[in-house]
Amino acid sequence: MSKNVLKVENATMQFGGVVAVDNLNLEINEGEIVALIGPNGAGKTTAFNVVTGVYQPTNGAVWFNGEKIIENHPQGKMKKLYKGQHDGEYTGVLAPTPDKITKLGMARTFQNIRLWKSQTVFNNVLIAKHCRTTSNVFSATFRMNRKEEAAQRAHVEELLKIVGLYDVKDELATSLPYGKQRRLEIARALAAEPQLLLLDEPAAGMNPQETDELTAFIGEIRDKFNLTVFLIEHHMNLVMGISDRIYVLDFGKLIAEGTPAEIQNNQRVIDAYLGVADDA
Amino acid sequence: MTMTKKKTIFTAAVLAVLLAVCIVVDMLLPSYHIAVVVIKKATVYSLVAVSMNLLNGFTGLFSLGQAGFMLLGAYAYAVLTIPVDKRAGVYQYFNGGALKFSVPEIFAGFLGDRVGTTVGMLLALLVGGILAALMAYLIGLPVLRLKSDYLAIATLGFAEILRAFFQWNALGPITNGSNLLKSYPAFSHATPYVVLAGLMIAVILLLINSTYGRAFKAIRDDEVAAEAMGINLAHHKRMAFIISSFFAGIGGGMLAMYMGAIAAAPFKSALTYEILLIVVIGGIGSITGSILASFLYIFFSEWLLRGLDAGKFLGINAPAIFKNGFRMVVLSVIIMVIVLFFRKGIMGDKELPDLLDRRPKQRKKEAAGK
Amino acid sequence: MQQILPYIINGISVGGQYALIAIGYTLVYGILRLINFAHGDVFMVAGLVMVYATTAMPFYVALPLVLIATVILGFTIERLAYKPLRTAPRMSVMISAIGVSYLIQNLAFYITGGVPQPVTRPIPWISENVTILGASTKRVTLITPILTILLVIALVYLINHTKIGMAMRAAAKDFETAQLMGIKINAVISMTFVIGSFLAAVGSMLYFTNYPSVAITSGGMPGLKAFVAAVFGGIGSIPGAVVGAFIIGLCEEIIKGLGYTTFSDAFTFALLIVVLCVKPTGLFGEKVTDKV
Repeated sequence: MSKNVLKVENATMQFGGVVAVDNLNLEINEGEIVALIGPNGAGKTTAFNVVTGVYQPTNGAVWFNGEKIIENHPQGKMKKLYKGQHDGEYTGVLAPTPDKITKLGMARTFQNIRLWKSQTVFNNVLIAKHCRTTSNVFSATFRMNRKEEAAQRAHVEELLKIVGLYDVKDELATSLPYGKQRRLEIARALAAEPQLLLLDEPAAGMNPQETDELTAFIGEIRDKFNLTVFLIEHHMNLVMGISDRIYVLDFGKLIAEGTPAEIQNNQRVIDAYLGVADDA
Repeated sequence: MTMTKKKTIFTAAVLAVLLAVCIVVDMLLPSYHIAVVVIKKATVYSLVAVSMNLLNGFTGLFSLGQAGFMLLGAYAYAVLTIPVDKRAGVYQYFNGGALKFSVPEIFAGFLGDRVGTTVGMLLALLVGGILAALMAYLIGLPVLRLKSDYLAIATLGFAEILRAFFQWNALGPITNGSNLLKSYPAFSHATPYVVLAGLMIAVILLLINSTYGRAFKAIRDDEVAAEAMGINLAHHKRMAFIISSFFAGIGGGMLAMYMGAIAAAPFKSALTYEILLIVVIGGIGSITGSILASFLYIFFSEWLLRGLDAGKFLGINAPAIFKNGFRMVVLSVIIMVIVLFFRKGIMGDKELPDLLDRRPKQRKKEAAGK
Repeated sequence: MQQILPYIINGISVGGQYALIAIGYTLVYGILRLINFAHGDVFMVAGLVMVYATTAMPFYVALPLVLIATVILGFTIERLAYKPLRTAPRMSVMISAIGVSYLIQNLAFYITGGVPQPVTRPIPWISENVTILGASTKRVTLITPILTILLVIALVYLINHTKIGMAMRAAAKDFETAQLMGIKINAVISMTFVIGSFLAAVGSMLYFTNYPSVAITSGGMPGLKAFVAAVFGGIGSIPGAVVGAFIIGLCEEIIKGLGYTTFSDAFTFALLIVVLCVKPTGLFGEKVTDKV
């Protein structure tokens, strides 16, 4: 039995009266590639945002490496509006900002690419190393951190070679073609030295060939960096090809979980994607 | 590799020439000559513009509190350096004021007149910077949580509050109420201003090109991505705010030095606007641009366009049109044209060394333009 | 009470004048998400035009002229300085607004020679002194709040019950969708500036009836305070702006009455910072959430 990296426990995310994620439970073990799938608007990205600290869940908890990092319970206005379950089970409030969670060892990419537009490819990756800097602003300004800076630059070059962007390192990030921008986002996330990599629709907008390349690439980096990967994706080829396990969300609720083969034959999943014939 | 070297040599050469020009000007011309005055004022404005650019241009925080921090620096400098025997005259309505010492005089006591006075003046400038930084630290926490335009108006309001405090009679023994502070020592030549501001700007440049500076730019480009990549927004924004205010404080102290006498009244939002517009003319996100624009702006307003106010310009004699205030009208029209049609300003986000790596195509275009 | 009463009456009056300016800010912000830094200067120009017009011609010509000139000024500013930047980042538009403010002030300095222009012929009847509850004041002090309320009611009617009002509401809700739905967005924006400038002109005429002169910096402070009022009430909300303006006007005059005149300006900004930190959406503002 391998180590548990991420555990989401009874997480509910409610915006006013809308329940975007409803009592979500999931676990990801070390070294696994786990996919989160579901129709549009099922709450997949919201779930990501809860795990990475962008949103504070209305109720529930998130554990990382066996340590509780996020916890909340309905308070204030949400107390009345709350529609989920497990009300009253959580009492504490743990709400770290996304940067703190990244420092713990999680890094993500975005569904709609969010690179730093004015910066070069190289700098985009280098900036992500900032959170691992030990020098303070004074020593950094007066260049007393030369060793660290050199080591960071060397690591960035190495990363760029691995993702195949070394020859465009001095181009502006936004001048790259779409597929390469997606790779750059992954390189940037890797620079933050994560243990768990979260990919939000990494293959969006890619053609079948690019998608196949990406599928292989995700497997490669998992092995190379000893990563655990959690991804959201619509391309079923990619999902079925690399996932160890799959979770399926529909209308914020978890409707199935299992291996790719199990999910492919699950009636509820098929209904959710294709719609149910109206019997009544 | 050779390109980097070329750039370094080019930049060093340009800076050396500028410094040499300044020293020559100082040797040949009396300190009241308009050229010396322009250099002094423009250097002070450069420092303040660069400090504002650090915040507005590089970190993407639209703050309009610069005048407030300059006010702190200016007052700290003046209050600490007025000679003891002049205090009775300056603070005539407040029994000679509360402070009975003058920092330059204390240092002159054991370091000798020349060195001691200079050390004391520099120390007073530093105190001004530190006070401004402290104030930024205090108000940063609540104010920096606000989004773009709310931040602008809150910082603007803060500067106004500060100004009211400095004009308050209860603080008169220190601030002299709404009366002038004067008779404090100042550098008469331009070179000390240039060297001092140059050093400060060099520090800002080093910061901008360090890992922290890169983090600031990441916050400017995309706050959400920056936070997701482990950059603590609150911490870094506050840091940029404090550092920018520190240099604005020092710039304020130097402005006090340049002006020779100060009161709280000129440190209005109009001063902040003026500096913001200089930053825009130079190019938001370019240090070279801010410096260049400061010099151009001061050169135009203090020297070249003087005739527009005095009845005669370019040999045209028209006192009815060229009367007091016309030069500022012309200048503000030019500014509006830049703001509307040349939004990148003079330099865009390029710096001095970047001038070397023009592509052949652009060079050709320029040659054709001439 | 007898000593503080004149200040309270004054406060209500000043509040009314702020309200008339604040509406201009709040309408423009509601649609363009722009702090129109030049609005205070438009207010000042209206005062200057009033001074010049009333000395040169009879009141029944001069006063409408002030209104028309101010409206044209507001309209022109929008067309020349904001319209070209419709697709530019918000910061550019804000900088343009600051540039316009700078230009207007310099222009006014040039025309007036930097000398405050005395109000030599204040508008008759409303500038006469009356005594109310033992306190002597000008009639304008009493007229202002009444006129303000009437104008606000007319404006709210315009926004809620006319076609252009509906277009304005649509544009405020979602600028781009409104454009796609065939609303002539430029006409709506122009209308917003016309209304804002008109009200600022009325506010200006009332305001400067109470003051001996118009200086080029006269617009800055009332402008900023009216903006604070708009934020305090919840920017984008007209009732909010009006309530905010009356509260600020009252507080300010009471602070003056207590002898802390230096801090009457500072108070407004302190209030602003507190409001922004505690409830950034103001008294009546709507909450907006950012999407990641």
